[in-house]
Amino acid sequence: MVEFVLERGNYWAIIGLMMIGLFIAFSAGNLIKRLIGLGVFQTSIILIYVSFSRIDGGTAPILFGADYGKDKDKETDPAVGLEAGEATGSGYDSAYQSLENVYSNPLPHVLMLTAIVVGVATLAVGLAIIVRIREAYGTIEADKIAEMDREVAMAQAADEADERASVAGAGTA
Amino acid sequence: MIDAMISIVPESWVMHAPALVVVIPMLAGPFCAFLPNGRLAWIVSILATGASTLMALVLLRQVQALPDGGVISYAMGGWAPPAGIEFRIDALNSIVILLVCAMGFLSSIFAWPTVKAEIRRAKKAMFFGTFLICFCGLLGVAATADAFNLFVFLEISSLATYVLVALGAGRDRRALPAAGNYLLLGTIGASLFVVGVGFLYGATGTLNMAELTVFMREIPDNKAVMAGYAFIFVGLGIKAAMFPLHQWLPNAYAYSPSFITMFLAATATKVAIYALIRFLFTVFGLDFMFEGQSLIWVLMPMGIAAMLACSFQAIFQTDVKRMLAYSSVAQVGYILLGVSLGTAAGVAAGMFHLVNHAIIKGALFMAVAAVVLAHKGTTLNDFRGLGRTAPLTMTAFGIAALSLIGVPLTAGFQSKFALVTALLESGWWWGALILMFSSVLAVIYMGRILEIVFFRAPLNPNKPHDEAPALILIPLWVLALASLAIGIQGSFVAELANDAAAAVFIGGVR
Repeated sequence: MVEFVLERGNYWAIIGLMMIGLFIAFSAGNLIKRLIGLGVFQTSIILIYVSFSRIDGGTAPILFGADYGKDKDKETDPAVGLEAGEATGSGYDSAYQSLENVYSNPLPHVLMLTAIVVGVATLAVGLAIIVRIREAYGTIEADKIAEMDREVAMAQAADEADERASVAGAGTA
Repeated sequence: MIDAMISIVPESWVMHAPALVVVIPMLAGPFCAFLPNGRLAWIVSILATGASTLMALVLLRQVQALPDGGVISYAMGGWAPPAGIEFRIDALNSIVILLVCAMGFLSSIFAWPTVKAEIRRAKKAMFFGTFLICFCGLLGVAATADAFNLFVFLEISSLATYVLVALGAGRDRRALPAAGNYLLLGTIGASLFVVGVGFLYGATGTLNMAELTVFMREIPDNKAVMAGYAFIFVGLGIKAAMFPLHQWLPNAYAYSPSFITMFLAATATKVAIYALIRFLFTVFGLDFMFEGQSLIWVLMPMGIAAMLACSFQAIFQTDVKRMLAYSSVAQVGYILLGVSLGTAAGVAAGMFHLVNHAIIKGALFMAVAAVVLAHKGTTLNDFRGLGRTAPLTMTAFGIAALSLIGVPLTAGFQSKFALVTALLESGWWWGALILMFSSVLAVIYMGRILEIVFFRAPLNPNKPHDEAPALILIPLWVLALASLAIGIQGSFVAELANDAAAAVFIGGVR
């Protein structure tokens, strides 16, 4: 049991981070803190993907040593790679098998580059909206904003009731 | 008529229609943003959305020409599908693409008068640019067959949407907190979705939806797949405003610029529902045990709860935009109820209602935009007596309102009838009863507006003319007449919806 838990240490860390991020995003009154919570949440997702891509004994997905030259050969002589690909059914499989070092899967890393860009864009838009909120309301506390909005809504409702009453009065008179 | 329109498309474009439908607005968006003049940007956005609509028609014809369950596969950049990104068009998403394109086209025609009134001069060009990016993101979600690519397009459209909603601050500052809230919830939804995609990738080693389908059959009881399913379900549920996850929607719709409200109501949640259907039925498939359970125990109760709770909430709103927003959540409930049946008839009815609801809500929000133009407000008071001062606008509004209720001879009736039929086929007679009851609630809240519009004295008798400009009236009437046409002769859309459901259950999977 202890082993089971310890073996998955990275996942516990990720789950912890994710929950902390979500909690901040929902519970913080300050809008910027909410965005920070969102950032923590998104970062934990990046960690999930990077964990997935890790292979035991694998290194960074950059060809080196014996593999590096091999790749060059293939580039200069594309016919060799094509032939091997036909033999095993897929060029990718044969390329894997001929490698001598173990590499982590590069695809999740690339996906996470995209996710990081999306995260940065979200943060930028979020901060821009918060700047505008500060200009319009003079505060960035969610509670105060909600209260100000409620007051406006109440005033509007009162106005409307008055108007309706005056119209009804005109109707009877 | 459709063929005549298609015939003007150059031959070389037809080949690349699946990519062009997304790429045209993607390129036109940044171009628009740098134009010096708002009016020019508006014209560019009409041209771009129009070109996309043509491409969508081409795609629809191509898919219809294929044998049953046929798909158009387009390899982006010439990279073959499992490794490269694939755009995959079948009967299900061709109808969604056409819907988004057509609504985008009509809404950008109608945009100018309301944008002129609601957006500051310096921001107009940027505004149309952002709109085109949002449009392109929605189309990308509908067209792509790569799970991660879907996330990227989802975020492209959402980020643009947050900006567009926030621009409503010119009319009402409450747009800003609404946009902030939407950003928070929308980002959490998309992030949950991407966690789910990560689990699927970890379990199968692929991101291509067609390959995911195949590999998933080999590992039916994998825990990672189940977790991935749950994450994707909730993530897309937030984007689609599934009942308890809809909190971002009413404020975002109520305070964003009228044009954006209309466009979002007609497309954004619809595309998310499409993505949900795609994942539920194509990627996971009904033989995935976990899913059958979640349809019956999660999706169905949530659909019904939305139909009842949000219809009740709509009754007590004094702001018409908010009322229609709550009604939108209720209508999403109808669609999800149809989907939760898990039968071809149910999904077909859901898709049919999806298309009809997009048309109806588009028309309703267009009419509301006309009222904003005349009265600067959207409370029930602003609508008083408009039936006399703005008869053309309000007649179209009335037609759409009746269609939303589901009066015979309107589109809403046809799709609700299809829903009830599908429910009865599966033996869910109580579901049909609840649907009727919810329609009665719709009679109450729409009836309240209609009574104020047509049977009250005008607000200001000295101002006899509140009619909307022609640019609003034409697309408004196109949508109103479309809803009547579907109501009288609905077989065209019903067939498209049936094809879509057939594609989900027959094609694509195997």
